[in-house]
Amino acid sequence: MSQLPTSNPVVSTENEPFWTAAADGRIHLPRCNDCGDVIWYPRDWCPSCGGDVTWEDVEPTGTVYSFSIVMKGQGRWRDAGPYVVAYVDLDAGPRMMTNIVDVDPSEIEIGMAVTAVFDPTEDGPSLIRFAPTGT
Amino acid sequence: MSIKGAAHIVGAYEHPGRHLPDLTVPQIHRDVAIGALADAGLSFSDVDAYYSAGDAPGFGALSMAEYLGLRDIEVDDTETGGSSYLVHVEHAARAIAAGHIQVALITLAGKPRTGGAGPGGSARFSEAPEASFENLFGLNIPAGYAMAARRHMHEFGTTSEDLAEIKVAASTHAQHNPNAFLKDVVTVEQVVESRTIADPLHLLDCCVITDGGGALVVTSPEVARDLGRSSATVLGSGTALQHPFGGIDLTGTGARVSGPKAFAEAGVTPADIDYASIYDSFTITVLQTIEDLGFCEKGEGGRFVRDGALQAPFGKLPFNTDGGGLCNNHPANRGGMTKVIEAVRQLRGEAHPEVQVPDCELAVAHGTGGSLASRMGSATLVLGRAS
Repeated sequence: MSQLPTSNPVVSTENEPFWTAAADGRIHLPRCNDCGDVIWYPRDWCPSCGGDVTWEDVEPTGTVYSFSIVMKGQGRWRDAGPYVVAYVDLDAGPRMMTNIVDVDPSEIEIGMAVTAVFDPTEDGPSLIRFAPTGT
Repeated sequence: MSIKGAAHIVGAYEHPGRHLPDLTVPQIHRDVAIGALADAGLSFSDVDAYYSAGDAPGFGALSMAEYLGLRDIEVDDTETGGSSYLVHVEHAARAIAAGHIQVALITLAGKPRTGGAGPGGSARFSEAPEASFENLFGLNIPAGYAMAARRHMHEFGTTSEDLAEIKVAASTHAQHNPNAFLKDVVTVEQVVESRTIADPLHLLDCCVITDGGGALVVTSPEVARDLGRSSATVLGSGTALQHPFGGIDLTGTGARVSGPKAFAEAGVTPADIDYASIYDSFTITVLQTIEDLGFCEKGEGGRFVRDGALQAPFGKLPFNTDGGGLCNNHPANRGGMTKVIEAVRQLRGEAHPEVQVPDCELAVAHGTGGSLASRMGSATLVLGRAS
């Protein structure tokens, strides 16, 4: 578990399956019943073809697409820096925004293999962050 | 329906202030409206269409029309962030071409230097469907552009020194602008040695934060002809939305779509352009946009900007001769308005003599709203010197 701020997400009736699973340590995403796309960000329909979706667990692994080491954040993040904001390509397809944690930021590289860690929020579901695979 | 030649920009005004704690945002909208109308030789009673974006308080154009005393007008509140005002020029040109209106007024104003609510208001963004999937990770605006810069470096070998060349060119221009927020010329070394904000971007890779505003007046060719003031002709326009659905590509912008549309409508190519106003929220924004508009091949931006290529008046692509958002002004955290204003100055021959491009006949103005790291609205205008 990282020491980064953990604000509660806004859970809606539409994205509730994602957050319920996150609280349970799983990445749970909608897949279109018609075209098969795994959809990011999670929503209850397929914007590619208009199809209905079925929610499914995906592997909690991926690779770093890009990242930045932020020296000073804003609001709750003002004193959290330096911290790492990143896009991670899930092996399941989607490219999601996240933090890279549990590693010296200077060791992070594009293409690095990462695995999800689930950071509990104050009184909501967990946030999905990533750490180098094998740590 | 093509808008080529359908409309002229006859009034352009940039507020001279960069820190305006004693003015309200509506007052700044009013003052820049007065300035642009005076520049055109028109008055509020001539205006039959008003355009504003997310920086306009209250109900936007509805609130502002009342405050400005505008009656019997069409309004358009199209909001694509900092590029909104270029989109407004296109919409005004379309409405003029269709015969709906004759005189359009476009305004921008804001006070981020003084502080207070950001553009759009917080509730509006917290209720966005993407909010909880992006906002909980400490993403600030520089971090998003930093991710774009790092990916571009990874794929194409772009360096921090390349990005610094863009700031150096902007600062070289800003020294001649008495209103510029930053007037000192800087070197590549100073840029890359300035403190890190969001790695790999440094402080001097980032635009300024200023109060202020600007306004434009767009009219039919018939109205423009009767005014006796030199103007800029709208020759082509293109807009594009780019967002992460389907997988975001951090190495390219919506200019890949908006640019070719605008050049095709104008019947010109990037090689024909004498001057370019290019949105410069960060140095990486300029580098990617230069590639995407077709001034060089994708990935070649770093090599393109070296050796003073962007410096007026004699570089191969003189850009942002007012000092741009990087040095001069980025009012309301929205740089599109000032991009159009400086392009009009160049086409009128009214830029500062040290940076005026000789015989400037063809200019491009490009705006990028939103963020390179998520969703953006891109808008490109090709403008010509009115004969």
